[in-house]
Amino acid sequence: MNKIENNKAWFLVLPVFLLVAFSAIIPLMTVVNYSVQDIFDPYTRYFVGTEWFEQVLKDKELHAALLRQFIFSFTILAIEIPLGIGVALMMPTKGWSASLALILVAIPLLIPWNVVGTIWQIYGRADIGLFGAALNGLGIDYNYASNPTHAWLTVVLMDVWHWTPLVALLCYSGLRAIPEVYYQAARIDKASRWAVFRYIQLPKLTNVLIIGVLLRFMDSFMIYTEPFVLTGGGPGSTTTFLSQSLVKQAIGQFDLGPAAAFSLVYFLIILLVCWLFYTIIMNMQNDEK
Amino acid sequence: MAQIALKSLAHTYSDNPVQGSDYAIREMNHVWEQGGAYALLGPSGCGKSTMLNIISGLLEPSDGEIHFDGQRVNELKPEERNIAQVFQFPVVYDTMTVYDNLAFPLRNIKVPEHKIRSRVQEVAEILELTDSLKRKAKGLSADEKQKVSMGRGLVRDDVSAILFDEPLTVIDPQLKWKLRRKLKQIHEQFNITMVYVTHDQLEASTFADKIAVMYDGQIVQFGTPRELFEEPAHTFVGYFIGSPGMNFMDVRYEQGELKFGDLTFPVIDAISRQLDAGDTDNLKVGIRPEFVQIWHTPQDEAIEVAVNYSEDLGTYKILSFTLQGVEMKARLSEDQKVPVDKAWVSFPRQWTKVYRDEFLLEARS
Repeated sequence: MNKIENNKAWFLVLPVFLLVAFSAIIPLMTVVNYSVQDIFDPYTRYFVGTEWFEQVLKDKELHAALLRQFIFSFTILAIEIPLGIGVALMMPTKGWSASLALILVAIPLLIPWNVVGTIWQIYGRADIGLFGAALNGLGIDYNYASNPTHAWLTVVLMDVWHWTPLVALLCYSGLRAIPEVYYQAARIDKASRWAVFRYIQLPKLTNVLIIGVLLRFMDSFMIYTEPFVLTGGGPGSTTTFLSQSLVKQAIGQFDLGPAAAFSLVYFLIILLVCWLFYTIIMNMQNDEK
Repeated sequence: MAQIALKSLAHTYSDNPVQGSDYAIREMNHVWEQGGAYALLGPSGCGKSTMLNIISGLLEPSDGEIHFDGQRVNELKPEERNIAQVFQFPVVYDTMTVYDNLAFPLRNIKVPEHKIRSRVQEVAEILELTDSLKRKAKGLSADEKQKVSMGRGLVRDDVSAILFDEPLTVIDPQLKWKLRRKLKQIHEQFNITMVYVTHDQLEASTFADKIAVMYDGQIVQFGTPRELFEEPAHTFVGYFIGSPGMNFMDVRYEQGELKFGDLTFPVIDAISRQLDAGDTDNLKVGIRPEFVQIWHTPQDEAIEVAVNYSEDLGTYKILSFTLQGVEMKARLSEDQKVPVDKAWVSFPRQWTKVYRDEFLLEARS
């Protein structure tokens, strides 16, 4: 066995290395760089170590935003995932009605974020919006601009309207991939509608649901545009989520150091929660023993 | 337990069927007796699976009736018909254990848990799944999964019949034999009507007491493996059963005799009466390669033929020869000497069959 030493082959890795470097590592390292320095101007900078991190982790306002963020993400997941599955189960599977249903369901996904915010901002207005005015007409004193609960409900409703279709479409495709023979066997076994869902459809949907849950968690955890347009984070700071706090800090106040430290913590939280979701769902399916 | 009768049953997938070929199943009457082990044999696309799905109720027939023990069941859904069906690809409920899979049909009809336990144990014992009961069905091999699918049919004691739709397609050859034995045992033990769909004649004849050969949407013959071999009722049966298939010669009927080129086949009275009655040009004479007699020297009534080649298949040999420009085959036993270039063949009268419009003319009538 003569192993030929040929280290030139390493050059073949170079393109990928460069691509990954420019797309991920270098931008991320820039943020890391900022997070450990206090920068006054391009020529005046001080190394501060973990000071920004400590400050960020102790910031009461950020804690509140983080809590709001978690409540928001879990709320919309708790609504959108079951609702999406339900919509997918009800969608027709054959003929022109299937195509029509697909188009109707997909429409909210085609609308740009800030337009979604604008739509709901107008739609929900108590004076001229169809939704807001109708609620007030029914005798409900609804006003998302002044009532924090109403603001919350509107933001959640908007997100559900915007993103349930994504979960529904994912589930729809997952359901279509189940071979007919499973349903036939279930009928022969006299399975109830619930048993078919519980033991055939749901297990076969696991993979698309993982994608659905992760996408919706990440996206909702980073939500910015829609609430910014709809409520501007208010009333007060009741609908100010993490990314809005971050933008305020980084761009509004130009505190690059704390903002960078905040970004990294933010990133790590998303990574951690995604990993948790993934592990939990996989374990639910694979508890072999 | 039930007798399954199909009455003027027909099925088409087309919206406005015009001719016979639009039908997946052409109008037929057929009875599967209670407790029988049957095979439904035929090439792909001949309507076997369609028929199975109609019996189980997964498919509604376009015409005709299905009767279980004399009761019309057309309107009953599959879940109301008490039929078990095993599909070509094993269906197991992935997230459940083997035990839960087997218990599933019983739990669906609310059988008390202690009865389920004894029943599942019993079936697991028969299928040799006892050691796997606690395992997740997802991790099983293909043949174990198929055993679980079969087991779900066996646990219910209310099943009228078990239908198998090419259940061994995905199983390894050496396990196929074992599972087929198992099925046979189960049949003897439970005395349940079983219909086994396959395109493999060996599988059909080892499993079934009686085989229905299906071709082009119709059952062309229903008989024991021996009957299918010795008295093929249709040219397709002759061609499909046996290896190699039956030899066929296109013949003319002239002055009470069947002519094949210069050759003349004598015709017995019973058959010539039938031939006189009909008026079709589609006449064939068939003989199985096993029954062709080969001689090395001229004999009375033997015809000289040119030998093409021979194949040695280990336990027997196949001789190919040309008669009146048509290639034919004969089967020789392993110790028989193979003639070179020339041979003399004769066709024993009892094994020489006459077919009109592809169907056998019965010698006794």
